[in-house]
Amino acid sequence: MGKAVGVKLIDEYGRRHDGRLPDQMRPVRMRINVLENADGSALVEYGRTRILAAVYGPREPVQKFMALPDRALLRVRYHMAPFSTEERKSPAPSRREIELSKVIREAFEDIILVKYFPRTAIDIFLEVLQADGGTRTAAVTAASLALANAGIPMKALVAGVAVGKIEGQLVLDVDEIEDGSGEADMPVAYAPDIEKITLFQLNGVLTREELEKGLNMALSAIRELVELEKRTLKEEYVSTEEV
Amino acid sequence: MSLTPFKVPIVPELRKSTILSLLAKGLRTSERDLVTPRIVKVKTGVIERAEGSAQVELGNTKVLVGVKTDVGAPFRDTPDEGVITVNAELVPLASPLFEPGPPDENAIELARVIDRSIRETNAVDRKSLAIIPGSKVWVIHVDIYVLDHDGNLFDASMLATMAALMNTMLPDYEELETGEIILDRGKKTTPLKINKKVLTVNIAKIGDYLVVDPDLDEETVADTRIVVAYDEEGNIVGIQKSGPGAMSREEVLKAVDIGREAVKIYFKSLEEATGRAE
Repeated sequence: MGKAVGVKLIDEYGRRHDGRLPDQMRPVRMRINVLENADGSALVEYGRTRILAAVYGPREPVQKFMALPDRALLRVRYHMAPFSTEERKSPAPSRREIELSKVIREAFEDIILVKYFPRTAIDIFLEVLQADGGTRTAAVTAASLALANAGIPMKALVAGVAVGKIEGQLVLDVDEIEDGSGEADMPVAYAPDIEKITLFQLNGVLTREELEKGLNMALSAIRELVELEKRTLKEEYVSTEEV
Repeated sequence: MSLTPFKVPIVPELRKSTILSLLAKGLRTSERDLVTPRIVKVKTGVIERAEGSAQVELGNTKVLVGVKTDVGAPFRDTPDEGVITVNAELVPLASPLFEPGPPDENAIELARVIDRSIRETNAVDRKSLAIIPGSKVWVIHVDIYVLDHDGNLFDASMLATMAALMNTMLPDYEELETGEIILDRGKKTTPLKINKKVLTVNIAKIGDYLVVDPDLDEETVADTRIVVAYDEEGNIVGIQKSGPGAMSREEVLKAVDIGREAVKIYFKSLEEATGRAE
């Protein structure tokens, strides 16, 4: 994580270091069906952050004793490729990756209709191909698309985005430079169609007012992201039918 | 890799309906209201060998925290700051749910949530921990030891961590001409400099209710939990949604407000135990 020392992150016109306005996302790209073997897959980009998601299942759990009698077992792995960061990241799972795998799994436990598939496993594999801030939230978006692409029934689509505080101001979708020198980073995942927050963390200091304002910023951005997810999914299936 | 837990305590449906019907009347199985934590006991200086220590009881949950200090190299990007590490052990003697082995995702999450709350607020003055800036700094190891698990390890561990840090005395040392640092662990005279006190409040969502400091039964039947860290001014200095379910925007904000009141009870216990009131 590079700390930009002495660099102004917001100029006098309220523009951020990459020209964005405080409530502006980086360019977002979404694609599904990008892998052959997986039952569902997606590639999601928030600016330079790039996440590849694959879903396998429902299938027989690799270790059968783990099977749950009344629901599907979820397995989530969030993992960063060694070449995804400035300095090479060891491929062994770090404590950070273990924690993020947990919070991302928990973001989907109540979204996927796991009761439909007792004694099975649903695997979500998330690879950060390039990291430039917001990897866990982009990973949630990618997982949501890959699950839909795999045809796994869900209560609603989910997307994620992080709100940060830099130089005293709340900004949407922080990148690595902003995160490295910011005062707060608040990743949020939300399912707008059922109005549920499924992942929520705050790393840093916010007042009660900032928290509410930041949360509102994140939720309105996520509504747009989920619309984009729906368009991405529809276009794929429309074009498939037309072939 | 994170898996849906397949080894979970079985709470009979009857117990769940008891908890829910009590909540509907504003009551809990542990005979308190929804916004009050269990009885808190904080004791510091419980391990003489450690540079700092504290034991916290939160109802039947018991957590012991020991602080050990070493001299080591600083991180490259912060050459004039000391290093703090937080580790949590869910010791198998504490619960039938815990297994021996390296920290699992729950232990890692617990340690990281506490680590972030301390780090982001600069609760420990890391600049004061430089011995020879650029080469020798204090390394502060916080080890959280869960001794008895009856729910809400977050609040108990955070409280014990804060109390142990406030109880920490750095050993005397001698700086040789070679630049080597020789510690005299028998003599501890310099208190660790604390800039800020930070504590968490764990709030469980059970059905439509939000309850402060859930015990193990409540945690087991809860839809999800949110852990909010506060400083003494009431700023929010960390949040972690922990658990499989989801919350609405309104529930999140309500939980943050409930926690902000409840944390005062924890701060009072901390102050009484450490006697380092400002």
